[in-house]
Amino acid sequence: MKHLLSTQDLSKDEAVTVLDTAAQMAATQSREIKKLPTLRGRTVVNLFFEDSTRTRISFETAAKRLSADVINFSAKGSSVSKGESLKDTALTLHAMGADAVVVRHWASGAPHQLAYSGWLGGGDDHVAVLNAGDGTHQHPTQALLDAFTMRRHLVGRVGGAPDDGVGSDLAGVKVAIVGDVLHSRVARSNVHLLRTLGADVELVAPPTLLPVGVETWPCTTSYDLDETLARRQPDAVMMLRVQRERMSGGAGAFFPSPLEYTRRYGLDARRLAMLPSHSIVMHPGPMNRGLEISAEAADSPGSVIVEQVANGVAVRMAALYLLLAGTSAEGSVQ
Amino acid sequence: MTPTATTGAWVLRSVRPLGGEPADVVLADGVVRQVAAPGTASVPDGAAVVEGEGHVLLPGLVDLHTHLREPGREDAETVLSGTRAAAAGGFTAVHAMANTSPVADTAGVVEQVWRLGQEAGWVDVHPVGAVTVGLDGERLAELGAMADSKARVRVFSDDGRCVHDPILMRRALEYVKAFDGVVAQHAQEPRLTEGAQMNEGVVSAEIGLAGWPAVAEEAIIARDVLLAEHVGSRLHVCHLSTAGSVEIVRWAKARGIDVTAEVTPHHLVLTDELARGYDPVFKVNPPLRTAKDVEAVREGLADGTIDIVATDHAPHTREDKDCEWGAAAFGMTGLETALSVVQQTMVDTGRMTWADVARVMSTNPARIGRIDGAHGRPVEEGEPANLVLVDPTASRTVDGAAQVTASSNTPFQGTQLPGRVVATFLRGRATVLDGVPVDPTSEVVA
Repeated sequence: MKHLLSTQDLSKDEAVTVLDTAAQMAATQSREIKKLPTLRGRTVVNLFFEDSTRTRISFETAAKRLSADVINFSAKGSSVSKGESLKDTALTLHAMGADAVVVRHWASGAPHQLAYSGWLGGGDDHVAVLNAGDGTHQHPTQALLDAFTMRRHLVGRVGGAPDDGVGSDLAGVKVAIVGDVLHSRVARSNVHLLRTLGADVELVAPPTLLPVGVETWPCTTSYDLDETLARRQPDAVMMLRVQRERMSGGAGAFFPSPLEYTRRYGLDARRLAMLPSHSIVMHPGPMNRGLEISAEAADSPGSVIVEQVANGVAVRMAALYLLLAGTSAEGSVQ
Repeated sequence: MTPTATTGAWVLRSVRPLGGEPADVVLADGVVRQVAAPGTASVPDGAAVVEGEGHVLLPGLVDLHTHLREPGREDAETVLSGTRAAAAGGFTAVHAMANTSPVADTAGVVEQVWRLGQEAGWVDVHPVGAVTVGLDGERLAELGAMADSKARVRVFSDDGRCVHDPILMRRALEYVKAFDGVVAQHAQEPRLTEGAQMNEGVVSAEIGLAGWPAVAEEAIIARDVLLAEHVGSRLHVCHLSTAGSVEIVRWAKARGIDVTAEVTPHHLVLTDELARGYDPVFKVNPPLRTAKDVEAVREGLADGTIDIVATDHAPHTREDKDCEWGAAAFGMTGLETALSVVQQTMVDTGRMTWADVARVMSTNPARIGRIDGAHGRPVEEGEPANLVLVDPTASRTVDGAAQVTASSNTPFQGTQLPGRVVATFLRGRATVLDGVPVDPTSEVVA
């Protein structure tokens, strides 16, 4: 891997390698001394054009646990209307000798442009770009941590493999992703990665929150959460955050009211009871409790939402390691 | 012989008028003096010779849709640089769009642009007047004042914005009848395209850019043709881009509605798949559509549903394109590639003849713009010598940095295109010779 921009770029083998490396990383995190020397002397820049405390802290923790030097660079606003352009920022980071840039950007495609514009050098000189969420496009480490979490909980059960499912894909795992797919980079990333890993994905949303063109995605779609839960008996239910601004805008609002959304698409106690007992409940956070997910569901025994956060650090350690320390998953991790 | 560019007579030897049989064409005193079988023309003393065997002679091209950016954005293009690029592309007249700063919504601004065009001398510049004050879509600009000005405006457009208010559009359509004007509509329903970045469909869904749905264009065109029918006005549809739009215009014409339509060169060949690399050079409004739409606009152009090709030449500075897709400006240059794209997509594919090219790139746009006394004329004795000579066998690799336009945002960077403009004549003066623009004041060695 030269960059991690989109889950669509990952082959099955590459994806499994990331998950397996993450499992090794996770194992080191139960030690008293959590820090590894692997990326000592390397510089990782967290370049955030959009607020995201959770993701930034997760990447910062991951880089620091690998002994990398971490620089946090917040640059809010668009390149044209205010401040420095993306190009100049990239040229600056390259000149300062960054080894990897973790970029969160409001514009879909900005990480792709950073990776392929030449602004961050090229060839052997290139700076690795890690997409930490771009617009409504992709958030690949979120999908990888979701897959990691699913594999850990479900593959032993479904496929019978021990040891957190190391070496396995997600063949046969049934996943429902529920909510604002239209604006969700989490959904886009998950649909492709889960399909690559062999899972069956169904997207559930009101028709207004599914993109035109979704019919070409490698998944099925439904407008009816109750029907999906009853028919598919999903192994994992992933609830997407509903942005408050989707409900405003008068005639342009995507659904009539929060109450109606919760009635039709919220995961509440009644719907939770429809799930098989082994099913897990997921959410990329931050949650709107009482809107897309009820407290009963969020705090249920099947909820792995807090564990997703912990796994996020391990997966991001794995991604940084594979991008910066070479493709071999063995050796210096131990 | 060393005639000056401004006064000399010319003999174009063995050229093919409209792609037909070879002829020698003599230009003198600003008009076509003679069209004769090769070797039989009476050549005036001192006439310069252009050997044109195999080359196609067309009436000078007329662009109904050019952004010259002056006044206001002289960092992207000026009337001088843009009209020089137009001449290089084979044009002898361009219509300069009104979305300048200040907006061309008064007699003063359109006369300024008209005068700049006269001074530059590369092509005839016909300013387009804004339909509404400041392009704001709220009240009519003084259309009559612009029509009566020295610029003699006949085409009115809020291009870049849509005249979306139906009653305002109705009034505009009615009002311009008094001076035989036409409203050229940029068809874009604003509420359906808030924040839109690219065609809404399979590609936008995947790459996460906000969609610009075909229906936002088609709904406005459908409304406008019905309005034009109701009030008995003529309507011009700018840069239509979807299969559905072609169908609506076809229906309207069959019904007898006085509507004309244009397509850009880029919509004849490029698709929304190009957005996948997030290179903002492919960001344009209306957006690049699907392969199915490309086929539909080619078919519409071939069967006459679409009347003209217009460039929508939209130069932008590097900094307005060297940024995130979402922050980048809409638009691409087109004056110097338009004819080649039409050759590639329509002529070389056998769908149109060179006579058809003359119709859609010269005769029809001149008629719509009501400049058909001087432009878009037949290649016949006594007609104004506004001509372009094309070598259809040539081939070239497009390089934005080497183009004449002041901006480099060509979507054809690095691609091979057929055909080359050999010479352009404006009222008998060579504005381009051997593919190179000829300064109006320079002496020409022929």
